Amino acid sequence: MNAALIALRAIVLREALRFVRQRGRFVAALVRPLIWLLVFAAGFRAALGLSITPPYQTYITYEVYIVPGLCGMIALFNGMQSSLSLVYDREMGSMRLLLTSPLPRWWLLFCRLLASTAISILQTYCFLAVAAAFGIQLPVWGYVAVLPALVVAGIMLGALGLALSSLIRQLENFAGVMNFVIFPMFFLSTALYPLWKMAESSTLLRDICAVNPFTHAVELIRFALYGQFNGPALGWTVLAGAVFLGLAFWGYDPARGLLRRKG
Amino acid sequence: MRTALALLALTLAAPLAAEEIWVTNEKDDTISVIDVATLEVVRTIATGERPRGITFSHDFSRVYICASDSDTVQVMDPETGEILHDLPSGEDPEQFVLHPNDRHLYIANEDDAITTVVDTETRRVIAQIDVGIEPEGMAVSPDGRIAITTSETTNMAHWIDTETRQLFANTLVDARPRHAEFVHDGAELWVSSEIGGTVTVFDVATQAEKAKIAFEVKGVHPDRVQPVGFELTADEKTAFVALGPSNHVAVVDTATYEVVDYILVGRRVWHMAFNSDKSLLFTTNGVSGDVTVIDVARREAIKSIKVGRFPWGAALRP
Repeated sequence: MNAALIALRAIVLREALRFVRQRGRFVAALVRPLIWLLVFAAGFRAALGLSITPPYQTYITYEVYIVPGLCGMIALFNGMQSSLSLVYDREMGSMRLLLTSPLPRWWLLFCRLLASTAISILQTYCFLAVAAAFGIQLPVWGYVAVLPALVVAGIMLGALGLALSSLIRQLENFAGVMNFVIFPMFFLSTALYPLWKMAESSTLLRDICAVNPFTHAVELIRFALYGQFNGPALGWTVLAGAVFLGLAFWGYDPARGLLRRKG
Repeated sequence: MRTALALLALTLAAPLAAEEIWVTNEKDDTISVIDVATLEVVRTIATGERPRGITFSHDFSRVYICASDSDTVQVMDPETGEILHDLPSGEDPEQFVLHPNDRHLYIANEDDAITTVVDTETRRVIAQIDVGIEPEGMAVSPDGRIAITTSETTNMAHWIDTETRQLFANTLVDARPRHAEFVHDGAELWVSSEIGGTVTVFDVATQAEKAKIAFEVKGVHPDRVQPVGFELTADEKTAFVALGPSNHVAVVDTATYEVVDYILVGRRVWHMAFNSDKSLLFTTNGVSGDVTVIDVARREAIKSIKVGRFPWGAALRP
């Protein structure tokens, strides 16, 4: 087997094993969106229905509205979690060893990205299954159509995690990532409220939400869940993914990157 | 080749035979015509002022419209949308029902506390029957022998003998009865009470109350649960009840009188109409100005279609 493929297999397998063995991580990944869905959405329950915005054809309850946002949340947290474990791996473990291998560093990082995306997709499908058990069902074909959207969103958010991990030297700094990346990205997006609702409180807030790449990832997932294609959302998600990936490769490049300057 | 030609002919003929749902828009003084195949508004037709009740003649060659603020029932040619003539209706006609003889219209005159019977052929009022205050809901039994008027303020269903045109019974229901229908070949009468929040079921033979259906929509204040219009599936095993500002339609098992499901629709749902095979149900949502289409088998709202302002009544044109 080609050395590059061996590395891909090793990295994906390692992430998969880690995921399977760390049951707590899996449960946490599932419980987090479920709490939002079953507790937060229940409190906010718009039993009288939300106004119709595409891709919806009729009125929907709030629980139905936030499902795509919570799928996005899984990918977002997973991306950040993966960046956290990358910092850990780099400090103490296998990644430090891997980064010294003769394989191109971008390839190693990309393998790592694919592994974390695969895990976030697995978590998302588990979440959708539990949501369906609680009566929040989506069109059957939507469960299939959402797969490519989850791949694109997962890679974009994983790339963001990679780029951030190149900046973080110590695990303790991860709290900063929570405060300054995850929360703003999640709350300033269409995950919890549609754009028109944001515009009611402030047009500035609406504009911030509209440029947030996470908004586009969520909308890409939302449309795909209803078997529809959202070109602009795909375009913006891919663009943001390419930028984050470029930053990550640059950050990890031993010749020019941030690691050397910091080291 | 012959088959291909026949198929082509069928395809060409299909649009002509398209089913339509006609919806009266109370505040726009119009009718929106929805194509059942495409679920889109294909025509908008001007009417008299404040159109509310709407029904077709049995051969669908005429459509009767209660133009409440014009104090008339308009008779329209559904092909051209042209008003053929007006019928004398008494003041403020709101709802009406066409007798199985396809000739006599029983009209509730909300402001006058009377039910007017109009002969659609001679275009004359043949009877005016005193009923309770603010009559609204109208129904005629399938055999044509009993007509019902519900009065919103008196809170009663008034039973009219269509031969003598006299009241022969008055039965109390919960506050603000809005709509009445005969069910199970005329064995039962269902009356919805908007403020009372219930549907009362009567045994027609004895005019005695048989059951009362109550509603409870999760997350919605009971005051907003206001039943108005209702329709039954072809097998009459299931009823769909519009619950006004609760924005939901209740699905009721007609054997047990239990609510089995609630379907989210647009704002302030009042009346509804089925397509001809009763696979789709169209609800008029007054405040949101749209019509929600429900897939009857799946009990699921599939689309909401924008119509005019304050859609009120709905009727099928096959």
